[in-house]
Formats: sequence, structure tokens, C-alpha cells
Amino acid sequence: MTAPRPTPTAEPLLQVRDLRVAFRRRGEPDTLAVDGVSFDVAPGQVVGLVGESGCGKSVTSMAIMRLLPRRGVQITGSVKMDGEELLTLSEAKMRERRGRDLSMVFQDPLSSLNPVVPIGLQITEVLRRHRGMDKEKARQAAVDLLDRVGIPDPRRRVTAYPHQLSGGMRQRVMIAIALACRPRLLIADEPTTALDVTIQAQILELLKEMVAETGAALIMITHDLGVVAGLCETVNVLYGGRIVERAQRHRLFGTPRHPYTHGLLRSIPRLDAAAGEQLEAIPGSVVDNLPWAHACAFQPRCPRSVDRCVEVTPEAENTGGRLLRCFNPVPASAE
Amino acid sequence: MTTTWAQRRKERIDDLAGGRSLTSEAMRRLRRDPVAIVGAVIVGLFVVIAVFAPLLAPHGAAESFPELQADLRPGNIPGAQEGFPLGGDQLGRDFLSRMILASQQTLLVGVLATLIGLAIGIVIGTLAGAFGGWIDTVLMRVTDVLLAIPSLLLAISVAALAASPSQTTVIIAVAIVGVPIFARLLRGSMLSQRNSDHVVAATALGVKRPAVVLRHMLPNAIGPVIVQATLTLATAILDAAALSFLGLGDADPGRAEWGLMLAQAQTYLDVRPALAFYPAFAIIVVALGFTLLGESLREALDPKGRR
Repeated sequence: MTAPRPTPTAEPLLQVRDLRVAFRRRGEPDTLAVDGVSFDVAPGQVVGLVGESGCGKSVTSMAIMRLLPRRGVQITGSVKMDGEELLTLSEAKMRERRGRDLSMVFQDPLSSLNPVVPIGLQITEVLRRHRGMDKEKARQAAVDLLDRVGIPDPRRRVTAYPHQLSGGMRQRVMIAIALACRPRLLIADEPTTALDVTIQAQILELLKEMVAETGAALIMITHDLGVVAGLCETVNVLYGGRIVERAQRHRLFGTPRHPYTHGLLRSIPRLDAAAGEQLEAIPGSVVDNLPWAHACAFQPRCPRSVDRCVEVTPEAENTGGRLLRCFNPVPASAE
Repeated sequence: MTTTWAQRRKERIDDLAGGRSLTSEAMRRLRRDPVAIVGAVIVGLFVVIAVFAPLLAPHGAAESFPELQADLRPGNIPGAQEGFPLGGDQLGRDFLSRMILASQQTLLVGVLATLIGLAIGIVIGTLAGAFGGWIDTVLMRVTDVLLAIPSLLLAISVAALAASPSQTTVIIAVAIVGVPIFARLLRGSMLSQRNSDHVVAATALGVKRPAVVLRHMLPNAIGPVIVQATLTLATAILDAAALSFLGLGDADPGRAEWGLMLAQAQTYLDVRPALAFYPAFAIIVVALGFTLLGESLREALDPKGRR
């Protein structure tokens, strides 16, 4: 199971192209939660999806995992893993892949674990399902996994119920379950939001370690740029269901070009800021959005908007390894 | 019943140490609830008497005694006397023995009917709740129809359909009354499980559909149904007694049954009202016991009541 880490030039592991997710309700216009998202994930790469509530980041991950309900949801576009289209895969085949090839860690570890089943059983269930282990072997593997994610006294903990563990431990268990079958892609949907700050740092460190150890690629979904800064190689900034900026981590943090990214970074307290300096907030909220169809959705909240922003849809342009969707980007003075 | 402050503090610490499962937590709360204790004592006594009825009853249910029959004439049924603490009935049989032996019938019919109703209800509720769509629609419309008919009327109709009344028809009739209640309840809580985080998480791990339903949804959804079962036991006992009272019950005269005893006592109400009083009292107390226990069980298992 220890495949050599593929070279970065290899085929992308996951290829998302023009993914659109529309929620349909009778008598009302469709709600486009994800509106043409495209990105690649190379084997072993850590990719961030960043944005505020309602920007479509979680829906994107659910669409990739095919966990959205079939009724009332229309998904178009393409999600390919190893060149195989996931969106048209039969449900049975998709079930085979979930947990084995691609796996997910959720936001709230307490509600994501089955409250009436001991945690050990929740790990062995996956191992027996995907790796055909017998009971005894799976139990041993579960103990090893719990040990690896830093649960003290794992031999005793396998029989513990989720409510008997602390929040941090629960998320460690979730990570152990998600990585039990050594998937090549792990999607972490705000894995630290429900935890307090010190535990957040531990869990992020653990995720980083585990991903490096198993060679899995990671899609990190978060609203917290601090999480991205320490973890992701490439960062996608989502706004209103579209990617507005994508760049390598250092370039994005060093010289944010999209006014939204710029605003997000200005709204975070910095250690090197002058004392008494005010944090800047982005005015308004997502309800102010314009439709992408003939404008820039961010325009009403944008300090740099020009006339064209309300007339034409800005297209994503790729310049020097940076993807940018803006008519009047922040000047790249520092770059 | 009063726990000292030190005891309570110790339990608090145990709680924080996280050594409690959901069931032991519920048990702890049941032990502190006076209503639960009264219910448990009644139910416990009843079950012990019913199980050991043949050993406890001094005489057989169909046995007639010359010393009781001697005084038997219109206008007189002998009361308590040496060896027969509750006296005899209209046929000179020992009333105490019949009361004790009848408890066994009541327990048997009540438990069997509830279990059968529970089993069918769980199957229907699981199918409807887990799969939804047309399966759900069809199953729920059928249960709606059953629910629309008053329970006793439904039981009477089912029992009357049988060619000849017997213990089996009573059990089946009472079981059918319970089915729609269990099915609806389970469907509801299955539905709330369907989109819960841990079910989505299990699906995201590729767990097969039947395993998701049986391991991740059903065990989390079944709590209220189990509580309902204890409450249904009370109504099952009442319904079974009512069927016997109406002459739709066990046709075997050798077997004692509270409902039937009550029906027969009607004729002699002015002669010896005690004959009606004892079985009626027994039915009420036992039904009350199960209701008290069921209600406090529901409170104990309710996660919102948790401190």
C-alpha cells in the first residue's frame, strides 16, 4: 500500500471542470450554489478552498463526494479522478470508491460519529468493508490507527463511545477513520471549526503529518485564512460559487490581487501591525451579491468597482500562474 | 431516596471522567425517579406472580370444590373461608387461584402481542423511513387507515374475522392495533436520522446501504419505539381484557382470564361484587404499572432531560 510519491508533473489526481450545482425548487428560480468551479489536485498536493459562509465551498466538496441528495439538485460539469468521471459513476461503484479512494473529514466530530457505536467498531467497519480484513485483524489495525493519530491508551479506547471523548480526540478519531483505508484524496470540510484554538493547531498538525505519511492529497475547506497559510500549497478563493483568485500560497498572501482576497487578508489581525491600527471589514454580506451572469457578484461590496463590473461578467484570467477574476485588481506593487 | 451531597459530587466526577454509556446514564436516572420505582415494583411483582403462577396458585383454574359448591345457590356465592382466602366463584372454583393463573395469560397475551406488533412495526417503519419514495407513501397510507380506526374497534374487527375466538386471535388482533403506532414513530425518527451528520459521514466512507440503515440509522432511531412498547404493553393488556370481556377471547373455559372473569362477574354484581372488583382492580393496577414505567423510561432516555 505504500506507493512511491508520484512526481508533481503526473496527471492530476482529481480534475474538477466547470462544476455547477443548482438547487431547484418548484415555483422559484434555481439557486446556483456552485457556479462553474474548476481546479486540479495533483497526487499528494494540499489545496485550499477558502471563502465565507454561503460561497459554495462545502457544496463543492459534497458534489465531489456525490453526497448531495438526488432530488432537487442538479449537478453539471465534470469531476474526474484518475481520468474516470465520478459524476456519472453508478451509485454502487461510487460506494466502492468512497472511503477507499476518496474520503472526508467533517466539521463537527461529535455529530459525525455514530453515538451508539463504539469508536473501534466505526474504524473496523471501514477496514472490513474496503480491505476485507477479518475481525481480529481489523481490530488490531484500529488500535494502531488510534495510536497513530495520538489517542492515548488506544487498546482501551477502542471500546469507548464518542460522547466519552473530548472534542479534539473525536476529531482525531474522525481522521483515523477517514485515513483508515489510505485514500489518495482526503477532503477536510472545516475540520477545526468546532474546536478551540489550541486543539485546532494540534489537529492541523496531525492532518499535515498524516497526509504526508500516507501520501494522500488534501482538499482543505475553510473560512479561516490562518488555517490555509500553514497548510496549503495552492489556495482557491471562492466567492458566490466561483473561484475569484487562485495562486500559490506565498504569492496569494504576499500580493493578493482580487479585492475580495485583499479585503479578507486586511481583516485579519497581524502581529506586525502598528498598535491601535483598525482592522478593515468588508462591508455588506453575501445577500448583496449580483448574479454572475451579467456582472461581478462581489461588486456591491467592492471598494475598487468600476462601471464594467455591473455590465459584464469578469472572466477568470490566468497570468503567471495566478488565476484572477477581476477588471480592476489591486495593483501588484509589492510583487 | 435522598442522596447526600458527597454522593452526588462523586457521581458528577464519574460523569466528567466519561465512564458512562447512554444506558447506564438512563438507569441511574430511573433509580432516582419515584414514579419509575413504583412502576417497576408493580411490573416486577406482576411478572414474578405470572411466571411462577402454577407454583403460587394453591389450586387449578378449572378445579371445583364441594365445600364451595355446597353453599352455592341463587342469591349466594360463598365468600372467604378456610383454605380459600378470596372465596369461590359461581362454579365453586377457588377465586384466588384463578386470579393468579389469569396473570399468566395476561402477561403472555400482552407481551406476545406487543412483540409481534413491534416486530412488524419496525420492519414497516424501517422500510418507509430509510427508503422514502413510493415505498414510504404506500406503507404510510396503509398505516394511516389503520390509525384512523379506534384501536378497540380495530381489535374487535380483527378478532371477529376469525372463525372461532381463541387466544391466538386475541394476540393477533391486539398486535395489529400496535403496528401502525410503532411504524409511524419509527419512520419519523428514521427520517430525522437520514440527513444526520453521522449518517452522511458513514455514507462518505462507502459503507453499504443496508449497513448504513441497520447499523447507523436504526439503533439511533429505535429509542422512542422501545419506550412506546412499554406503554403499548399497558394498552395491549387492556385491549386483550376488553376482547375477552366481549366474548371474543379465549374460548377455553379451563383457562382463567381477567377480562372474562369480569364479564362473568357482571351477572352476580348484586350477589358478590368482589368477583368483579378483583379482576378489574388487577387490570387497572397492571396497566398503570406499565404506563408509569414507560413514561419514566421515556423521560430517562430523553437526551434533553440530561443534566
